[in-house]
Amino acid sequence: MTMASTKELAANSRDIRPGRIIAWTLLLIGGLIMITPLLFMFSTSLKTSGQVYDLRLIPAAPTLDNYIKVLGDGRFMQWFLNSTFIAVTVTLSNVFFDSLVGYTLAKFEFRGRYFIFLAILSTLMIPTEMLVIPWYLMSSQLGWLNSYWGIMFPGMMTAFGTFLMKQFFEGVPNDFLEAARVDGLNEFTIWWKIAMPMVVPAISALAIFTFLGNWTAFFWPLIVTTSKELYTLPVGISSFSAEASIQWELIMTGAAIGTIPTLLVFLALQRYIVRGVMLAGLKG
Amino acid sequence: MASANAISQQGPVRFWDRLSIGTKRVIWAWAFLALPIIFYAGIRFYPTFQAFWLSLTNWDLLRPAQFIGFANYQKMFADPIFWKVFNNTFLYLIIGTPLSLVISFVIAYYLDRVKLMHGFIRALYFLPYLTTAAAMGWVWRWFYQPVPIGVINGFLSTFGIPQQPFLRSVDQALFSILIPAIWAGLGFQIIIFMAGLRAIPNTFYEAARIDGLGNWAILRKITIPLLKPTTVFLVVFSSIGFLRIFDQVYNMTSNDPGGPLNSTKPLVLMIYQTAFSSYQMGYAAAQTVVLFTILLIVSLLQLYVLREKK
Repeated sequence: MTMASTKELAANSRDIRPGRIIAWTLLLIGGLIMITPLLFMFSTSLKTSGQVYDLRLIPAAPTLDNYIKVLGDGRFMQWFLNSTFIAVTVTLSNVFFDSLVGYTLAKFEFRGRYFIFLAILSTLMIPTEMLVIPWYLMSSQLGWLNSYWGIMFPGMMTAFGTFLMKQFFEGVPNDFLEAARVDGLNEFTIWWKIAMPMVVPAISALAIFTFLGNWTAFFWPLIVTTSKELYTLPVGISSFSAEASIQWELIMTGAAIGTIPTLLVFLALQRYIVRGVMLAGLKG
Repeated sequence: MASANAISQQGPVRFWDRLSIGTKRVIWAWAFLALPIIFYAGIRFYPTFQAFWLSLTNWDLLRPAQFIGFANYQKMFADPIFWKVFNNTFLYLIIGTPLSLVISFVIAYYLDRVKLMHGFIRALYFLPYLTTAAAMGWVWRWFYQPVPIGVINGFLSTFGIPQQPFLRSVDQALFSILIPAIWAGLGFQIIIFMAGLRAIPNTFYEAARIDGLGNWAILRKITIPLLKPTTVFLVVFSSIGFLRIFDQVYNMTSNDPGGPLNSTKPLVLMIYQTAFSSYQMGYAAAQTVVLFTILLIVSLLQLYVLREKK
């Protein structure tokens, strides 16, 4: 941060004023264009079906009727809960297992370590799309179709998360771990109580990435669920919108309901999320 | 490994105590890895081999899979729709990747220098990244509607510009889908570019200024070369994203997925339809092998480009 601000100061003193004002204005306009689809989505979700053709951004007579209508039958609530449960569970699983494996690969000496690392890393090359057909076969044989577990199982651990955590655990000094060993702590406790608290930034980056990825996931949930009660929010929105056909105010309301929770989380945690994305993107 | 775990927990304490510290640690390591090894073997590696195997069969969910050699591949390479889809996928990649990277670099470059309302402006660009493609596909679809409904055509008509068919046109539909795909990914790319820009040590810039280089020369001779690892990462990341495009296409053309006339259909949508609409699992598996091969080539190119630098 300090480096960035000195850079900005240096830039300040050199750049010509009018140029900077133009750049700033263009950036702001570009940013407003970026959120235009979101603004129109919210605006239309507050209009009645008669007002949809009125393209003014601020509704003449805003109403929450669409929200009452869309949320009324409880389907969206169910999908919202499904998505939340799935994204939270998969995130916890990734935080636990990716860290455990990353730690083991970073801090333990044993034969086969490098092989295991390469094997896990090589799975990064395999696209999900190639695995969905075997996963579907496996799910139908084991009765996992139309279940939470069926939606969640492919993502319970990821090579990306393991690699990220391994890199961070390599930066943890061995002295701390040795001291804990001398104190008689077992290896699991050392990892959980000593090593994990030292890589909290990496854990939060991994958690943010995993949560976002699962919250917006569409392809596999679409394939593995056929019963509407088990849809995730994206699959639910897609099926709801196809049903609503040309009732755009309802479609926009559904889309808004799917977008509001992530926007709220972002507004609350903006700094951590941006930092987490930077961290995961650069190290991953 | 499972037995090692059992010994460590239930076996006689004496046996455990007699082991050397090194051996104990090895046992701990394998105990930690036991479940993950089962996971990666059962849910990553086995299905990968199974996908290759299925691509050589005529499996259709009803009858057991029969080995038919390379018949699926022959059928695929003789199918004009496959080549249309291949071409579409390539168009998404070859237009989407450079366009999104140029836009995001320019924005990141200027945004990095902005102090006034920096967080707010950054948030504007970042917000679309947090949206769900399934939801935003429908918002954009609404944007593209003809005049009394669609925002874009409404906007054009106020300037007297004729109506555009967008998603209804064979020529415009693919680009109309590409725009929201680029839009949704920009925020991520901008953040990563900004992180890369900040990682360049300030001394480089100071030295360059002392040497009398102007802004443009600094950008060309220092910023862009030093940003290469970031750029390569983003090129590969977004290439893979565009090669796997699905959510936007599926939601923006849902009454005729991949239409009109297959003009927007990418490979992943073709795979989805072959597997889960017509249940030709073997044929779909062959298509996934093609996708795998393309992605593998992209990843290997990345490794090659990064190695060259050292």
